[in-house]
Amino acid sequence: MQVQMKVNNRQVSVDVPPHTLLVQVLREHLHMTGTHVGCDTAQCGACTVIKDGHAIKSCNILAAQADGAEITTIEGIAAADGTMHPMQAAFKECHGLQCGFCTPGMVLSAIDLCAKHPNASAAEVRTHLEGNMCRCTGYQNIVKAVQQGAAAMASA
Amino acid sequence: MGASDFSNLPHIGESVRRKEDYRFLTGAGQYTDDITMQAQSYAVFVRSPHAHAVIKSIDISAASAMPGVVRIFIGKDLEGKMGGLPCGWLINNPDGTPMNEPPHPVLALGKVRHVGDQLAMVIADTLEQAKNAAEAVQVDYDVLPAVVDVRDAATGPQLHDAAPNNKCYKWVLGDKANVDAAFANAAHVTKLDLINNRLVPNAMEPRVAIGNYSRATEEYVLYVSNQNPHVERLLMTAFVLGLPEHKVRVIAPDVGGGFGSKIYLYAEDVALTWAAKEVNRSIKWTCERSESFLTDAHGRDHVSHAEMAMDKDGKFLGMRVHTHANLGAYLSTFSTAVPTILYATLLAGQYTCPQIYVEVDSWFTNTAPVDAYRGAGRPEATYLLERLVSRCGWELGLSQDEIRKRNFINSWPYQTPVALQYDSGDYIGCMTKAQDMADVAGFPGRKSASAAKGLLRGIGYSSYIEACGIAPSNIAGALGARAGLFECGEIRVHPTGSVTVFTGSHSHGQGHETTFAQVVAARLGVSVDAVDVVHGDTGRVPFGMGTYGSRSISVGGAAIMKALDKIETKAKKIAAHLMESSDADVEFANGEFTVKGTDKKVTFGQVALTAYVPHNYPLDKLEPGLNETAFYDPTNFTFPAGTYICEVEIDPATGVTRVEKFTAVDDFGTIINPMIVEGQVHGGLVQGIGQAMMENCVYDRETGQLLTGSFMDYAMPRADDFPDFLIGNICTPCTHNPLGTKGCGEAGAIGSPPAVINAVLDALHGLGVKEFDMPATPHRVWEAIQAAKA
Repeated sequence: MQVQMKVNNRQVSVDVPPHTLLVQVLREHLHMTGTHVGCDTAQCGACTVIKDGHAIKSCNILAAQADGAEITTIEGIAAADGTMHPMQAAFKECHGLQCGFCTPGMVLSAIDLCAKHPNASAAEVRTHLEGNMCRCTGYQNIVKAVQQGAAAMASA
Repeated sequence: MGASDFSNLPHIGESVRRKEDYRFLTGAGQYTDDITMQAQSYAVFVRSPHAHAVIKSIDISAASAMPGVVRIFIGKDLEGKMGGLPCGWLINNPDGTPMNEPPHPVLALGKVRHVGDQLAMVIADTLEQAKNAAEAVQVDYDVLPAVVDVRDAATGPQLHDAAPNNKCYKWVLGDKANVDAAFANAAHVTKLDLINNRLVPNAMEPRVAIGNYSRATEEYVLYVSNQNPHVERLLMTAFVLGLPEHKVRVIAPDVGGGFGSKIYLYAEDVALTWAAKEVNRSIKWTCERSESFLTDAHGRDHVSHAEMAMDKDGKFLGMRVHTHANLGAYLSTFSTAVPTILYATLLAGQYTCPQIYVEVDSWFTNTAPVDAYRGAGRPEATYLLERLVSRCGWELGLSQDEIRKRNFINSWPYQTPVALQYDSGDYIGCMTKAQDMADVAGFPGRKSASAAKGLLRGIGYSSYIEACGIAPSNIAGALGARAGLFECGEIRVHPTGSVTVFTGSHSHGQGHETTFAQVVAARLGVSVDAVDVVHGDTGRVPFGMGTYGSRSISVGGAAIMKALDKIETKAKKIAAHLMESSDADVEFANGEFTVKGTDKKVTFGQVALTAYVPHNYPLDKLEPGLNETAFYDPTNFTFPAGTYICEVEIDPATGVTRVEKFTAVDDFGTIINPMIVEGQVHGGLVQGIGQAMMENCVYDRETGQLLTGSFMDYAMPRADDFPDFLIGNICTPCTHNPLGTKGCGEAGAIGSPPAVINAVLDALHGLGVKEFDMPATPHRVWEAIQAAKA
């Protein structure tokens, strides 16, 4: 079936079997491999992208369900000249990543939180990120990064 | 250059932001699954649904005829074409006979021995076609009884013909007669039984590999998510496939976490490499998370009994330990070293216990292989010892800090009775700092405040030590290692003065691209941005033993330091020529060469250019170029140590237990990048506290089915489970490597579990709870409280 969507402000159209997942379209058809797959039960959050303004797990939605949607992936949030989004910059500044595998999902989940709750407390950040697993950082620096990124987004 | 000079260089001790982060943060990292080869096919492995069964027949006829299927291989197709998977560490029984080392076939032959055991590889044009065909492979099993618990192993059904009673080996360390004498003279003996729960490493990136072969060059290329590509190549070529190493290239690109589970040579890696030539196609295999749970090497799984003999003042006189270790169904690459060399040698801990005797029995069971997982033997030793020490204190009426202080080693070097010689440390210094940071003085007030809410508050101590910087090759060899454990580094200074570093260490989250660049920048007086670090490719890096056992900076970094010494020596000769002085009068600091007592100087950049444009150059005495390689073999282990203090709060009505406060003070020797080191501690702590509070890998004791086979059943720590940690350091430099570093990657996972459980026991002491095994889930804590009441 034909699926059309806007991915990182680019209109795309793919012809895929009906059971194709959104994450497969992103990784295998559009070759945007920044969105990762870390589990098979929609638990880990490595595949998180933003669909129509909300963070979703792209392994848990059919591409067909995203027909007509606007999708933002980790590849789509830096400025055109390559300058990182304030949340990306905060993750670097606060050492909020180690192996980097969960990072794209973390960053997009964090952007989603800050768009909705710009002044989230550390506890609220921790609760919000409950659906994004990280095995490296122990989360402490991620929480710090999200709060710093939120402040930078608010002042940007 | 000595460690004290090194630690004073610019960039050393600076929290330089990571050079690797941009690509990870923008989705430009390249993990193995992100790589797509031309005309790539896909592999799916058919795996046993049974824990233990005879394979009566495998029928691939229907599957082979399915759309897109390229080939299907089963165990007998591989027979005679390759060896089994090797075990890298030989352990001998007390009578000198070698351990039982049953075959570990790449695809199962005759029998399957754990749920997930691979018995066929299906290769097809698409992943979906491969999955469908794998479903159509017909296997007729004769299901056998299974054994999963190490306590049942000796009497359970036998897995291997070559391992009677499921025994792999018995191993002993120490002098039994002396220890028995110490117990005979003891004023008090404390005894403890404990279980170190089995864990699943769960790096966020599942294992992935792509096998490739070129008929044109006769070269194999394996992309694989792995921590030590040269070791992978060595094991695969020399032990399994019998291929010449120069025709096999192993590339471990960006790797999404390892924690030990990606050290090993896995069956899938070998099968893909071999089959790539057979089918003349690139073959990708991406492990699904459910498959990871079933087939990644697991960690821990010890059952132990320990006893400590003390005099009337609580001074340790002797310790005896008996441990049963579960090795799983087959010997994974370094599995046999974990409950022996990496475990028993650490049982002296930070204490002056003069006599220690350890017996270890290791067993096969119908479970996934068990191997090194973050800490590898040292967490098991620390958990046992630190639980035992706190209990010694409680039985003698001494506080947890007092029993430790009475027994701390306080001069170095210190020779333990279990083979290791600690080079440096300050154990009382670590504890005192941890107590200050943890506000131990305020604990009684916090306990009262909890009690006022009907909650129980406890405090737990753990003073850990680990042996890192693995390892002096000759000592490791004498202890059974079947490989060297040095490291290699190459420094390539480019004509314009920028530098590429090639290291055999592998970074899969540890930030080597930054830390190692800091080392080189500091030594050569160039900017950190002028130094790039290359790792993870046997085609680019001369050699390497990889990253595990917190060895990278202390062994890999030391190899880089040795190569830098060679660069400096040669560069001084070039500079001496340019400045028309003798080599001996040239000094080098901050990127400038000067001649003692003169104002002559040339920059590092001038020397680099001269090395490659040798017009004015001592060509009769010196080769052009500025490129040096060094191998470094350590002379001793390094000994990071520290004290961790945990406070928990327990609701006795529900068993809900919260870590309220956790303080970690570590001595890692010289710290090059404090931000990265602190990050390593955070991650280690969550894995260790995760083990103590949540994580538990459970097989059904009857059927051998894995009950915790997904993130919905296996409790991984999430962002809202634990609080912020208080982290501190003291520094006593390592005395035998040029950086003074000790390693920091595993400390958090090693030191934290006993601190948590000691805190739980401290909280429950008044209720009469004396025994408790991890993890401290609400249900288990509640059960312990009920049992004590009954």
